[in-house]
Amino acid sequence: MSYTPYRLPVVSRVKSESLISMLKRGLRSDQRDLVSPRNITIEVGVIEKANGSALVKLGKTQVLVGIKIEPGKPFPDTPDEGVLQVNSELVPMASPVFEPGPPDENAIELARVIDRSLRDPKAIDLKSLVMRPGEKAWVLWVDVYVLDYDGNYFDASMLGVMAALMNTKLPEYEETESGELIVHRDKLTTPLKLNKRVVLVTTAKIGDYIVVDPNLDEELIADARLTLAFDEEGNIVGAQKSSIGGYTRSELSRAIEVSRKASQIYFKLLDQALQLGKQAG
Amino acid sequence: MSRVKQRPERFIDETGRRLDGRLPDEMRPVDIKVGVLSNADGSALVSYGKTKVIAAVYGPREPPQRFAILPDRASLFVRYHMAPFSTEERKSPAPTRREIELSKVVREALEPVVLSELFPRTAIEVYVEVLQSDGGTRTASVTAASAALADAGIPMKGLVAGVAVGKVDGVLVLDINEVEDNFGDADMPVAAAPDLGLITLFQLNGVMTIDEMQRGIDMALKAISYIVEKEKEALKGSIEVEAE
Repeated sequence: MSYTPYRLPVVSRVKSESLISMLKRGLRSDQRDLVSPRNITIEVGVIEKANGSALVKLGKTQVLVGIKIEPGKPFPDTPDEGVLQVNSELVPMASPVFEPGPPDENAIELARVIDRSLRDPKAIDLKSLVMRPGEKAWVLWVDVYVLDYDGNYFDASMLGVMAALMNTKLPEYEETESGELIVHRDKLTTPLKLNKRVVLVTTAKIGDYIVVDPNLDEELIADARLTLAFDEEGNIVGAQKSSIGGYTRSELSRAIEVSRKASQIYFKLLDQALQLGKQAG
Repeated sequence: MSRVKQRPERFIDETGRRLDGRLPDEMRPVDIKVGVLSNADGSALVSYGKTKVIAAVYGPREPPQRFAILPDRASLFVRYHMAPFSTEERKSPAPTRREIELSKVVREALEPVVLSELFPRTAIEVYVEVLQSDGGTRTASVTAASAALADAGIPMKGLVAGVAVGKVDGVLVLDINEVEDNFGDADMPVAAAPDLGLITLFQLNGVMTIDEMQRGIDMALKAISYIVEKEKEALKGSIEVEAE
């Protein structure tokens, strides 16, 4: 059962009013304009035991993504495809309002939005993960760990997922005569095949303003949020409105337009971050 | 129920009609009845073609979970659940991750219209059961929940209704059924309160261009205004019956 959140931090009226009066002048509390995301750093390969991993910092929000690849079976309705499983954890260390326990509706929503945004545009070549159709395939586990929460875990998580997938490698394996698989987990050779890259862009509606990549204070005073998934051609490959308010028709159009522009910024930052990572490595 | 398990060769024939004979911008028959349960404070039964959804409302009353009390408003509790017999293959009654997400999305579609600040420290509970699923169950759930809330006499700023727009064979289609949802290119559920001009639920599962999304939203909003009129008729009808 879903219920109105009861444990949200309180933003004082003074702070809320000053944030809104700044928006009127085109400014935000962290010196940004309304349409720019916060600073982003992406570090890849941070977990050696994972097949792929990335640590993303979007302002003060930090997300760690680990990809594990395990042998398994294809689903009966897709015998010629590997299996994609996305899970996310809003771990209690990340915020005073996150609680231990199984994923709550927010964590499940995050994982499902990421899952759909990867699956629907066929971002991952799942066919390349089949070993024997209908019988043996790789299961790609995408685990998203929100470590420090200062708003907008959607965009940070997806950047982390993309960066991690782009440095994911499949292990070598052999089949014995009896058909058993021997997986050499220490021999990671084949890079995972990706068809396209996807980013999530979250905007918040605060009064009459639409702001890109809201920080926590902005999320808390926002009427509603919209997360849109984009591919590099500018197609929308997923959408999720969240929070307890709504959008007028024209606000929704504005949010879509602002988000499309921001998606290009994210793709550029994703490129830059990965290139820097390569140089450092 | 339709028995089509495979992807149809085409979704739209030469005459521009869909598999079930509808035109792209045509809704399935919409039926709304309120006051269908005796114990609940309000209830509604909604069908969009073969999709059938029932909603019940209890409250404002003491919250079932004491910790969820809010000092300045009522808490809204929503459960979206599918009956085991509602689907092609039996669905386990245990809540799935999908149902947990949809409970949240349906709650957030209702929050903007319920005048919850009139009932501090209470709970308004909405229970939705999908009785038969043929596409568009979350949007039919929003419609049923809205009608049930009004039937319970909960003060609201306006009624809400929902409908899903899909894309099949590159054509935008209104109120998609299960086959169009499962094998089509996109499913975009939308809910709105037309009297407030507010879109309260918005999702996209699939791929669309921005232009398709914009046209799809307009298509959905037109249908939503029609469904909300149906809600109003059902609610007015129930009051007239009581008066007699």
